[in-house]
Amino acid sequence: MIKKIITLFLILIPINSFALIEVDITRGNLDPLPVAVSPLSIDEKSRKSFNKMLNKDNIGEEISNIVENNLRTSGLFNPLNKEAFLQAPDIANLKPRFEDWNLIKAQALITGKVSHVDKKLRVEFRLWDVLAAKEMMALAFTTVPNNWRRVGHIISDKIYERLTGEKGYFDTRIIYVAEEGPKTQRIKKLAIMDQDGFNNKFLTLGNELVLTPRFNPTSQMVTYLSYFKNLPRVYLLDIETGTQEVVGDFPGMTFAPRFSPDGKKIIMSLAKDGKSDIYTMDLENRIVEKITNHPSIDTSPSYSPDGKYVTFNSDRSGYQQIYIMKSDGSDVKRISFGNGLYGTPVWSPRGDLIAFTKLHKGKFYIGVMRTDGKGERLLTENYYQEAPSWSPNGRVLIFYRETKTNDKGEGFTAKLWSIDLTGYNERQIKTPTDASDPSWSSLLSN
Amino acid sequence: MNSSIFISFVFHAVLIIVTALSLPFLSKKPLNIPPIVSVELIQIAEKTNIPFAPKAKKIIEKVKEKEKLVSEQAPPKKVKKTKTKTVVSPDQKNNKIESQTPEAIPLPDKTVKKVLTKEENKQNPEKVDKEVKQVSEFEKKDLFDPNNIAALIDKSKEESAKVVKKNNNITQDQERNIDNTGLTLSEEDALKAQIFGCWSIPLGLPYNENLLVRIKLKLKPDGSVTKTEILDHARMNKPGQGFYKVLAESALRAVKLCQPLRVPTTGYERWKELQLNFDAREMLEG
Repeated sequence: MIKKIITLFLILIPINSFALIEVDITRGNLDPLPVAVSPLSIDEKSRKSFNKMLNKDNIGEEISNIVENNLRTSGLFNPLNKEAFLQAPDIANLKPRFEDWNLIKAQALITGKVSHVDKKLRVEFRLWDVLAAKEMMALAFTTVPNNWRRVGHIISDKIYERLTGEKGYFDTRIIYVAEEGPKTQRIKKLAIMDQDGFNNKFLTLGNELVLTPRFNPTSQMVTYLSYFKNLPRVYLLDIETGTQEVVGDFPGMTFAPRFSPDGKKIIMSLAKDGKSDIYTMDLENRIVEKITNHPSIDTSPSYSPDGKYVTFNSDRSGYQQIYIMKSDGSDVKRISFGNGLYGTPVWSPRGDLIAFTKLHKGKFYIGVMRTDGKGERLLTENYYQEAPSWSPNGRVLIFYRETKTNDKGEGFTAKLWSIDLTGYNERQIKTPTDASDPSWSSLLSN
Repeated sequence: MNSSIFISFVFHAVLIIVTALSLPFLSKKPLNIPPIVSVELIQIAEKTNIPFAPKAKKIIEKVKEKEKLVSEQAPPKKVKKTKTKTVVSPDQKNNKIESQTPEAIPLPDKTVKKVLTKEENKQNPEKVDKEVKQVSEFEKKDLFDPNNIAALIDKSKEESAKVVKKNNNITQDQERNIDNTGLTLSEEDALKAQIFGCWSIPLGLPYNENLLVRIKLKLKPDGSVTKTEILDHARMNKPGQGFYKVLAESALRAVKLCQPLRVPTTGYERWKELQLNFDAREMLEG
């Protein structure tokens, strides 16, 4: 017995002196990751044929510019200045000299090659870990040459996903209401563009007022509100085919139709007899169901991504605040308790946050809070801004912002802006006309 | 006979354990040392903590714990790069932090504390200064009297020549002490501060998941890394562990970028293998 104990002691004592030293690293730097986007190399013959087809002098450079621009606007990456690159694009794509890229402090390197194969555009790209000196990813795409911008976006998404662990949002589109004319006589058209503002197209002529376009989360379908003979109607529009259909006429005012996560229902608010409640409509059998029944004004419903809950705003407490409930209307709970008025709640596609517009002391804020109402963070403040819409990965919000008119009623503009969850990366998205009510699509390539 | 020896042995063992566990807490309460003061201590010299390290290890951990709380909402930036020793006014600093820490939205009233903790780390690696050695001071006096610390530091500067001489004659006992205690606080902090600066935290990571990457390093005496091993390597390639993989890769990049690591000049045996635990939650929660 004693021997055993002594042996045990003898065993235990040395363990102490040879214990592996552990060091906890709990902080790091939050700078955007430095990446080098080398222009995609292209052989002379392909370059000439694409130049003829697309009127772009060097399509390889153009695609890499798209990638670079996407990575920069995400706020998570810092694409380095191309003038500092030491290695030529074609050689870098074969075997990068990692010391050269290390020298300019790049941590990731993107190289690639464009070629013209069977009248198609073939793009291959590689993502390299400069410090580990190894390839992280290599992919190739073949498509019709006109699709070159999308290829750039898809590559950006792949890189984003590989380096951050979450899905990207670059191969997406934004639908919005394009506005023109003086403030009192605005012409409002439905318009759509790529998330970076390119390929802008108008979808309606502007004869009728259009409002609140919203993407179906599962397909390229849009629901929106338009006035027909001064009555609001809910429409469905298939963007791929251009077909449009009326979902239904509703008595009274209809507001803010929005799809359920599975795309099978529309949820909206209808105003009747001086109060406004939330209804759903099944798109297959067109059955309308009343979800809330309260003498107050309940509007702006939005489903949680699992479809089990709905968030909406209501003035049942006396002031407009955000509530959540089960999707059958039970268990209504107020979640916003801050000062001011809260509206347009939108559930993040990731499920963890709810974005909202807040009005407090004459200023408008776009903010996010957790689904239990805690952790409220105001991301941006301005004279007038509202209607946040989430990027499909739940990291960026797009919204619109109006400027004040001067005494003569001039100077009014409405523009689209995006901001990421950090609140620091705020950018205007350029549109040919004034714009409002944006809605972000899901990823096109999924 | 046997049983009495056994009983005696057990009682002795209990006594030893109780002593080992409780003695540090019986000493004067050093827990009220403000974090900034404790850090002043840390940064002074590589061997500063050796004599009292075994005894005070737990206390120091508690102080560190406190520090963590203070800096929880204060993701400091570019620890390595900001080498200025001049004290920047809190206002200026605040602006800087706010504009550079995207993930966190720090509350304005906490930023001042933030600045303090940041300063601490910043100075650590730079200030491993040969002339300022406090070793002998700690041997002579009870360390944890916060009121005397300033005096101690001043004094140690004056007596530096004498102190250096003493350092050269580290006794065997002291060296054994080193072996048993791992890295001293100042050594650990120098290393941490260096890696903080190299580690670009992937900002897209979810803050509410358990993402801890443990990396085992084998080092050469000059601090260059000969081998890195991710301890949960199997998790890297499992489906649904994309975030873990991203974090692990970023940690590996940090180690590579930081080479050679700022390791102590002595005691290679004790740190030839190191384990780094990368945990971004504190930063991402903001």
